Amino acid sequence: MPKTATFSSPAAAFFGGVRSALTSVFFLVLAGTYIGMGALAHDFGFSPVWLALSTVLIWAAPAQVILISALGTGSAAIEAAIAVTLSAIRLFPMVVALLPLLRQPGTRLRALLLPTHFTSVSMWVESLRLLPAVAPEWRIAFCNGLSFGYMSTAAAFGFVGSYLAAGLPPLFAGALLFLTPMSFLMSTARNAVALIDRMALIIGLIIGPLLALFHVGLDLMWTGIVGGTIAYAVHRFREAAA
Amino acid sequence: MADLTPYVLLVLIGFLPNEVWRALGLVMARGLDEDSEIVVWSRAVATAILAGVIAKLIIFSGGALATIPLSVRVIAALCGFIAFLCAKRSVFVGVLAGEAALLLGGYLFAG
Repeated sequence: MPKTATFSSPAAAFFGGVRSALTSVFFLVLAGTYIGMGALAHDFGFSPVWLALSTVLIWAAPAQVILISALGTGSAAIEAAIAVTLSAIRLFPMVVALLPLLRQPGTRLRALLLPTHFTSVSMWVESLRLLPAVAPEWRIAFCNGLSFGYMSTAAAFGFVGSYLAAGLPPLFAGALLFLTPMSFLMSTARNAVALIDRMALIIGLIIGPLLALFHVGLDLMWTGIVGGTIAYAVHRFREAAA
Repeated sequence: MADLTPYVLLVLIGFLPNEVWRALGLVMARGLDEDSEIVVWSRAVATAILAGVIAKLIIFSGGALATIPLSVRVIAALCGFIAFLCAKRSVFVGVLAGEAALLLGGYLFAG
């Protein structure tokens, strides 16, 4: 681990976070993902402004893809809302795992509101990687800067995608959509150093599609609970044996 | 006057059903520290859900990605992951290799 980073002011910590965002691999990943999303939104007749607002308010690529394709193909509102909320269940354990890194004795609840809203895959993966090397008192500002950098990148490239959409051949549009699972896979694997994380990743990759294939209801929720609990049990068993 | 319906739908069907899980996490995380067992378990659950999302995006693809054959998508993902491991766990190399394999396979075996 590198030495602990400290900053002279909250603004310096914030811009340290922005700089980390703009120089990380997720900058490219978000650019690609949101160019693809812009193309999708354009195809279904949503304006670039609407897409930018959805990026700021929802800030979760899978939920945005679901919302755009559900509304665009005329699904019932309640059906779309259920699909969105199922895709968002993963945000719950992410927030639970992230906040203890940010919170210090005396941290006010309202200081945690922004990091809570900013929690998404890219920010969560990078926060868990970077925050332990940031001095605790600067972590919230750093994390907000990191998230602001990511969100601005995503919103900006959504516009690019909306305007590019007309000319993009299907193979390249498909390659843009492929960026999301590829980048999520590699970054999660890079973070999975401990056995429990590696097991959760591998088991999730296997049972996630299996449950979906057999049309098990709430498949993502069960993937998480079953996969995470097996990984946790093995971790506890090994600790007890050691 | 501009039609506000898509914006109302964005808030009701997009924002609220998504944000509720973050809010719940904020409420539940109070008083927990990063080494507590429930946080360790939550992290494993989040990782497994994320893994499920990844696999579903590759296997049950939508949109333009669905026009590329399933076998090409799965093999491209494996190529990317092997490149990632060979390149000292470089996310950039892994993503690039996976994309290159997808483009090549998609071009050669157009569905």
